[in-house]
Amino acid sequence: MDDTRGLGLSRRGMLAASAATATVAAGTTPAGVLAAPARVPVPGKVPVRFSVNGKSAELSLDTRTTLLDALREHLALTGTKKGCDHGQCGACTVIVNGTRINSCLSLAVQHMGDEVTTIEGLGTPEDLHPMQAAFVKHDGYQCGYCTPGQICSAVSVLKEIEEGIPSHVTDDLEGEMRPTNMEMRERMSGNICRCGAYSNIAEAMAEVAGAEA
Amino acid sequence: MEFTAPAGRNLFDSSKVVGKSTQRIDGPLKTTGTAPYAYERHDVAANQAYGYIVGSAIAKGRITAMDLSEARAAPGVIAIVAAPETEPVGKGMSNNAPLFGGRDIAHYHQAIACVVAETFEQARAAAGLIRTTYARADGRFDLPEAAPQAPLAKTGGGKPDKKTLGDFDAAYAAAPVKFDGRYTTPDETHAMMEPHATIASWEGDKLTLWTSNQMIQWGKESMGKILGIDPENVRLDSPYIGGGFGGKLFIRSDAVLAALAAKAAKRPVKITLQRPLVANNTTHRHATIQRVRIGAQNDGRITAIAHENWSGNLNGEDGENGTLQTPKLYAGANRLTANYIATLDLPEGNAMRAPGEAVGHLALEAAMDELAEKLGMDPIELRIRNEPEMVPGSPDKKFSERNLVRCLREGAERFGWSRRSAKPGTVREGDWLIGMGVAAGYRGGPTQESGARVSLAKDGGLKVETDMTDIGTGSYTIIAQTAAESLGVPLEKVSVVLGDSRFPASSGSGGQWGAASSTAGVYAACVELRRKIGEKLGFAGDDAVFENGRIRAGGKDMALTEAGAISAEGSISFGDFKSGYDVGTYAAHFCEIAVDAYTGETRIRRMLAVCDAGRILNPLSARSQVIGAMVMAAGAALMEELAVDTRFGFFVNHDLAGYEVPVHADIPHQEVVFLDTLDDIVSPLKAKGVGELGICGPGAAVANAIYNATGIRVRDYPLTLDKYLDRLPEPV
Repeated sequence: MDDTRGLGLSRRGMLAASAATATVAAGTTPAGVLAAPARVPVPGKVPVRFSVNGKSAELSLDTRTTLLDALREHLALTGTKKGCDHGQCGACTVIVNGTRINSCLSLAVQHMGDEVTTIEGLGTPEDLHPMQAAFVKHDGYQCGYCTPGQICSAVSVLKEIEEGIPSHVTDDLEGEMRPTNMEMRERMSGNICRCGAYSNIAEAMAEVAGAEA
Repeated sequence: MEFTAPAGRNLFDSSKVVGKSTQRIDGPLKTTGTAPYAYERHDVAANQAYGYIVGSAIAKGRITAMDLSEARAAPGVIAIVAAPETEPVGKGMSNNAPLFGGRDIAHYHQAIACVVAETFEQARAAAGLIRTTYARADGRFDLPEAAPQAPLAKTGGGKPDKKTLGDFDAAYAAAPVKFDGRYTTPDETHAMMEPHATIASWEGDKLTLWTSNQMIQWGKESMGKILGIDPENVRLDSPYIGGGFGGKLFIRSDAVLAALAAKAAKRPVKITLQRPLVANNTTHRHATIQRVRIGAQNDGRITAIAHENWSGNLNGEDGENGTLQTPKLYAGANRLTANYIATLDLPEGNAMRAPGEAVGHLALEAAMDELAEKLGMDPIELRIRNEPEMVPGSPDKKFSERNLVRCLREGAERFGWSRRSAKPGTVREGDWLIGMGVAAGYRGGPTQESGARVSLAKDGGLKVETDMTDIGTGSYTIIAQTAAESLGVPLEKVSVVLGDSRFPASSGSGGQWGAASSTAGVYAACVELRRKIGEKLGFAGDDAVFENGRIRAGGKDMALTEAGAISAEGSISFGDFKSGYDVGTYAAHFCEIAVDAYTGETRIRRMLAVCDAGRILNPLSARSQVIGAMVMAAGAALMEELAVDTRFGFFVNHDLAGYEVPVHADIPHQEVVFLDTLDDIVSPLKAKGVGELGICGPGAAVANAIYNATGIRVRDYPLTLDKYLDRLPEPV
């Protein structure tokens, strides 16, 4: 967390800012009347710098801004989707320093100096990434809203398997890791597709995994 | 174009593009994140502010006070629209409660305020500073408690929703084999991945809504009613929709509040419903209680069948009718269907994918399985034995085209049904109990009036414009295929623009009518364009052949580009001749499941659907519609349930962590087979929808497979392991 030193923010300031969010959650319980809240300090803006798809991005952001909203609202990179904003659906999956994360679950200020790859960084309509092309070929999507997250996860999953990182369903922790159907499905299970394209996504991933194997 | 007689032979019978497996033309945009959804239209209006909706914290009662002072003083706040300061808005189509305004609360999380601020974070924080006090009133939240006193629902014509044929009671009493079972299905939420979202902008008295809506024309008219303005001053634009499943058929609070807030803020406002509001603020599929009674002869012939259904809703209107498929599926001279509806104060129930049938099959098709066992018959054989000649509930009606028996036989063959053990709980693989289940599926194949505009450009490119929507169904591609086929140009030459209310009105996406209706409407527009091109280039009548970018007749042969830029509109409407037929779609659904003999955990191992739905316009995307529906059906069978807090009147698990839907790990490879049937009663393309057919039956096949695996019949969906763990067979 060395990168946060330059922000001029105290731990106390961060906690106060997040308390504002907690109050909103409490406001939706059926408790009826709520006590007046403690006065909440106004969070300031801080400079944030990271790279997105190889390009440097410099922003001045409200400390409460998630990485997801920094991408969607401040950089107009709307390929990364907001499905729940609570880390429950995976639509906001991006790749940060080579690891996939739910971008709604981290604040933009946590990513000083990080390298962020979004769906827009994998390929373009004219020049699709092999995983994007496989999704098109196998119809691994329907409404398309979870799709960028599925694809960012799919690319990362194959890399995790290649790197020998085990999962809940890995039989042999010491053997060679293989992109089996169950291995891929287990690792993709944080990405919900309500249209139910799972069977086709598995086929798209198998094709890419085979090509890479 | 009016479709007034069976289609007969036409250009689609020798098609080169329609009916061929085709990758989606919108695929490269969707897979690269460049397809713009409602909340993402940064480019359409400058200076967009952020709206954040506050939902009611009580289910029924009144707002006694709302203190906005702190929120108004919060940083970045531009305006607040508050329900106590706003007259209740009008009701749009299928709104059972006003979407905003006034002090009365009709359901939990009903919108009561909207904060507009410069940023999302500011709007959210300020929303949390609104202090609302309520006078809570008692409400009715418990369907099982309310059901016994519930009156019959009203049909579309206002009559009590009860139909009888013959004498059910006498025939049932006399039947040598009887089955009587009560099933329950829970409230469900659509849980589409994109929450409802809208950007609203006013220019004078003209309102534009960039929104996420399945039915553009309905939405435009409803916004007029809701705001009390001329619908002609409302424009909706929904080119990409992140899932709907019925949850975006009607205008909801995001659109209404974006419009009101944009007026108050005097600038464009964007709103997305925060995920935790979606289940209670918007609509859901209602819970049902269903009783099925079937009397049969010893040879399996059904002599009496009754299906009764209870659900509940606000105002005691618009319930979930699980009986819909029962008058269509099986023969039997003595029949009864009845649909009761209680008045509940829970959030609004409304259409979710195959409303009625989706849950009706969970009861009827499990009941058929139970009856088969009582008879000692194979459940496929029982269904085949009761295949009707005419529509069983309306014996004066013919089926337009029906191949259910073929679906069942072909499915049995492909699935290896003969390897199923008829005796439940007898197949074991290690720790796993293995079972197979089957169910039939029926869903109507309706059509709606639908229009389009088709324009030929000087370079030979063809553009189709219609307010039709693509909610993941593949509309873009089947419309492009239809236009390419009709004008004889390559698919790459066709562009399709959808979802804008400035385009000709279409059927929209709902009720499984979208594919059949919108392609017929595009065909009608193409026929007009062909005529215009022919006239311009001097071809007589409608006899010209359009092929390879050329028009040809009577020895004359010209390039379409010679016609220059030319455009035509057309629409299709459907004549009365259809009323003599039941136009339906059919399927046989199969499932193999493994149940852990010790923990009761279930694992679906295989699923197969064999579908009979007329011409399949694009087998690639049609298959996706069916597998997706099978996934949703598996969810309904195994895990999906909105938990009702009957004290406070709300759905407790109102987010994607608490409301469980199937994930990758739950769903194995799925097989779908389409029979190569044609239905010339439905439309000129002889095609019917499949997106709802796919959810009619697979859930019952899962339930029947669990019974076959374990010997335990659970009639209360979803079939979670707590309902049978203590009854699992003793491990041997």
